[in-house]
Amino acid sequence: MTVYLDHAATTPVLPTAVAALADALARPGNPSSLHASGRGARRTVEEARERLAASLGARPSEVVLTSGGTEADNLAVEGLFRARRAVDARRRRVLVSAVDHHAVLHPAAWLASHAGAEALRLDEPRALDALHDELAAHADEVALVSVMWANNEVGALQPLAEVVAAAHAHGIPVHADAVQAVGQVPVDFGASGLDAMTVTAHKLGGPVGVGALLARRGLALEPVLHGGGQERGVRSGTLSAPLAAAFAVAAEAAVAGRSSYAARVGALRDRLVAGVLGTVPGATLRGPDAARRLPANAHLTFAGCEGDSLLYLLDAAGVEVSTGSACQAGVPQPSHVLLAMGIREDDARGALRFSFGHTSTDDDVDRVLAVLPGVVERARAAGLVAGHTVTHDVAHA
Amino acid sequence: MRVLAALSGGVDSAVAAARAVDAGHEVVGVHMALSRSRAQFRTGSRGCCSIEDAGDARRAADRLGIPFYVWDLSERFEDTVVADFLAEYAAGRTPNPCVRCNEHIKFATLLDKAIALGFDAVCTGHYARVVARDDGTRELHRAADAAKDQSYVLAVMGPQRLARALFPLGDAPSKAATRAEAVARGLSIAAKPDSYDICFVADGDTQGFLRSRLGDRPGEIVDASGEVVGHHDGAYAYTVGQRRGLALGRPAADGKPRYVLSIEPVANRVVVGSADELAVGGLVGERAVWFGAAPAAGTRCAAQVRAHGTPVPVVVERADDELVVALDDGASLRGVAAGQSVVLYDGTRVLGQATVRACLPVAVPA
Repeated sequence: MTVYLDHAATTPVLPTAVAALADALARPGNPSSLHASGRGARRTVEEARERLAASLGARPSEVVLTSGGTEADNLAVEGLFRARRAVDARRRRVLVSAVDHHAVLHPAAWLASHAGAEALRLDEPRALDALHDELAAHADEVALVSVMWANNEVGALQPLAEVVAAAHAHGIPVHADAVQAVGQVPVDFGASGLDAMTVTAHKLGGPVGVGALLARRGLALEPVLHGGGQERGVRSGTLSAPLAAAFAVAAEAAVAGRSSYAARVGALRDRLVAGVLGTVPGATLRGPDAARRLPANAHLTFAGCEGDSLLYLLDAAGVEVSTGSACQAGVPQPSHVLLAMGIREDDARGALRFSFGHTSTDDDVDRVLAVLPGVVERARAAGLVAGHTVTHDVAHA
Repeated sequence: MRVLAALSGGVDSAVAAARAVDAGHEVVGVHMALSRSRAQFRTGSRGCCSIEDAGDARRAADRLGIPFYVWDLSERFEDTVVADFLAEYAAGRTPNPCVRCNEHIKFATLLDKAIALGFDAVCTGHYARVVARDDGTRELHRAADAAKDQSYVLAVMGPQRLARALFPLGDAPSKAATRAEAVARGLSIAAKPDSYDICFVADGDTQGFLRSRLGDRPGEIVDASGEVVGHHDGAYAYTVGQRRGLALGRPAADGKPRYVLSIEPVANRVVVGSADELAVGGLVGERAVWFGAAPAAGTRCAAQVRAHGTPVPVVVERADDELVVALDDGASLRGVAAGQSVVLYDGTRVLGQATVRACLPVAVPA
């Protein structure tokens, strides 16, 4: 039996979302068509939009459906930058949290190399101070601020209220990637004061391939995808009624069940962390304490181990976890989040993220606690081998 | 056995892994990421360093139904194979990076890590045979297909590591047969071109790579008498036995072609001369590795000094940590570069190998 503890990567789709998806897939119609089939599909989309908005504290007109979190992040960063700069050419500075997702960091870097922006990373642990310093010195030149709601690797909740207050004092819009937060902590777009917020379906029990950018009404946003002018003209492309419907069902369920869910996975997480720290030598919990952390997230490093060894051994034992979020062609890299948190590269190599979800059970925790001590011991032996120069094998028989 | 199959993304390693699966082993595929800055697409006949190659390896593993991982060994590769490559050229020698990769990466870092993680052996797509004796020892032999034989680049691993190596293609009749087998197995990479070039040298421009990493170091090209006959931008760009690309201003007095005879790294000089002056009477090797007992002085065997070179008959004069061999009567050998491997064979069996440190002059008949 596989123990799946990688829900932050993607979580199994809820049966109700599968049903909604299948139901809508069986019905024809382009939501932009004007005949009966089109109107039917449009109705599915708009009902989904309303349910999403209601679940997330937004108005329906603030929901811009996208292909997922990455597209929503790109639209927020690039769309806000271009719109703000069009009004005032001095607004070149894009302030992003150093622990943000690559879907925010890389568009900011791309704008810096291709579109005249200056991308500034707010480094931990004094990111808020850095933001205040930057605003005090250059508020007139700031196009936007983007700080994620909760970090995807270590689950750290970010001080969004302070960020919003500081930026809004200068009239600067704030975007937050809330992909990991929805369903785990209370997320209310309207109450947050945010100008834009990214959400996605597949982290909360919906299908992969659909997400949304919540964009405050009246927020000036330049489109990234140009075409038929769907979604307030900022996100062209045929709307997917089935994906929207399934997204709405999943989001509704995640938000409605959030409180009991968070308590349940939080208890599983706490038992896992206590068990690992108690039984595995060299294990260190990374990231903030439980009060400032997503309840489903545990992030641990294991001294002297390499992430790829840990992952292989756990995978072979039927335990599926992640070594971190950064990954190119299957090669795990030391996490930029851990490095930005000031953790040494050697320590960052032996990192594992355990993320719980709606299918997680006590048996999962038991299984991990049963296999992990042996796995770490073996990975440490392999790390020792790989970490030392192999001496020339001179063999005299 | 639990077998780690190294999957480069090429045909040979995929078919080798398939054969290991057929043999009943529990096989896990691993692609080694060896380049620090990997290109998206494979170019020319370079080996296995691109992301496309990693994708090909993954698809082969999918087809075989085995787990697949990418392990980043780029740092170790840079510190050993690439660093050795640069240091050897800078020292006026001619390294063989494939030998060093087998010595430091495939049958060292990868193998040691695999064993530590609970594997029993590492399987690769090399063409060489391992023969188990009744007493439990293992011998390394040439592949069934002499044209594809790779025992020369494998000899460096020595007997202990050989005991943990699996070469399922050792008895493959030909590369064409391996490709046919890949087609029959439904492996999509069956028609992928062979790799020849040094995998970490972009676009196959070794001289450009050396220049970018070692910098320009202009110096003189001289003949055996010391007379300056040309200039170079860096002695590291030359290899003993090289004829092309010398760009000498004046032809030799006798009108015959000139070759690189030696490289003097301290004086930063390249010495050129005639083909006759390249003749070698024997070889001195260092860092010798033996499969079984080192051969006794007086042993007659065959020595190979290039990856696909013809073996020449030699007589062993000394074989311990060092190796000294003299060419047997009537044999001739020319243009052997220091830094290359010399592998000794008894028939198809590998006796051992050493790294060439120096060449001995041809004995002048009394």
